[in-house]
Amino acid sequence: MKKIYPDAGAALDGLLADGMTICAGGFGLCGIPERLIDAIRDSGVTGLTVVSNNAGIDNEGLGKLLRTRQIRKMISSYVGENKEFERQYLAGELEVEFCPQGTLAERCRAGGAGIPGFYTKTGVGTQVAEGKEHKAFDGETYILERGIRADLSIVKGWKADESGNLVFRKTARNFNQPMATAGRICVAEVEEIVPVGSLDPDCIHLPSIYVKRMVLGAPYDKKIEFRTTRQREAA
Amino acid sequence: MPWDRNQMAARAAQELRDGYYVNLGIGIPTLVANNIPAGMEVTLQSENGMLGIGPFPYEDEVDPDLINAGKQTISELPSSSYFGSEQSFAMIRGGHIDLTVLGAMEVSEKGDIANWMIPGKMVKGMGGAMDLVAGVKKIIVVMEHNSKGGDPKFIPECTLPLTGKNVVDMIITDLAVFHRPDHASPFRLIELAPGVGAEDVRAKTTAHYEG
Repeated sequence: MKKIYPDAGAALDGLLADGMTICAGGFGLCGIPERLIDAIRDSGVTGLTVVSNNAGIDNEGLGKLLRTRQIRKMISSYVGENKEFERQYLAGELEVEFCPQGTLAERCRAGGAGIPGFYTKTGVGTQVAEGKEHKAFDGETYILERGIRADLSIVKGWKADESGNLVFRKTARNFNQPMATAGRICVAEVEEIVPVGSLDPDCIHLPSIYVKRMVLGAPYDKKIEFRTTRQREAA
Repeated sequence: MPWDRNQMAARAAQELRDGYYVNLGIGIPTLVANNIPAGMEVTLQSENGMLGIGPFPYEDEVDPDLINAGKQTISELPSSSYFGSEQSFAMIRGGHIDLTVLGAMEVSEKGDIANWMIPGKMVKGMGGAMDLVAGVKKIIVVMEHNSKGGDPKFIPECTLPLTGKNVVDMIITDLAVFHRPDHASPFRLIELAPGVGAEDVRAKTTAHYEG
């Protein structure tokens, strides 16, 4: 079965529908599936629920789908500096479910692993716990959080082999790993596709079983939100 | 003389121990990294999926794939490792991180912390703060003793929505240090900034504390 598609639009062909739920990898603008986001924008699909740690910034990442108003609801931990997000949210046009970052990662991991719910201490005694089942284990209180299953996952990898084994690079791995497992179908975009046998099987970050379709997204012009540097000391 | 931001961070750094794995929040807590005692091995965790945060990179080493949880570019160390967000929070939630230093808008005398939202203002989200206060072994809050308007921030009950309930172990302000040995005990004033009197602190605090 051939998993490699000629472009992002082709890789998403037949997978998009109005009102669907999409899990998207990335943290800030680091490791975001930008080609697939562009293709979703171009498809015109609407009423989306998007599960993603962040919502991009104005005109970058998921910010592009906010601008076109294709997103109905975000499930995120931090939405940061995004004027269009703020405008739609305050106008009541966009629904937002805030979820603690670790709980969000685990909800996706659990969903992808066939675990419909789990107990966590995170959020006990806060707004996050309201309306959720509380249960004591060994004298401590925990709340029940639900696993997330999505219709589609979109992720960004560094290298893939032709069978769909994926390797991520540095902190661009972030949410891509759990998000990839939470969708009924996962589409990955990568910077390089290498022949089967080129990657060390002991060093695969995401086994091919999770990646159903992929596309070569290179060349990338990766964005940096906050460029912080230090000076070389004079010799 | 009250402590300045860097002195508050330096005071927090005195709580570090050799071999600690530590997560630092954004703002003053980040400055703790500049105050790690020489010869002490402390590994910094970044919740976007890294252990072993290095210093800011040189201009020609900037890498968009290498950022911290504040989305700033950073560098790696020979001992660094990378992992996914689920693994990152497994180590946080699982109690494997020894210490976290966080900022706060309010801390109550019972150790509740509020640092993620102000009703009526734009809510940006809690990020990883709720997971950190729920899972890390020791929670240190570094904050100004009073708000810009002069209101106490160490108070009987938080007025803002909570990030965590009964989780804070130590509070370091520009005026003083408060500590409690366990979550059933009240906070005790254990240290004053140079030239700051205990009565000053009492007058600027509404929370109950001992000492």
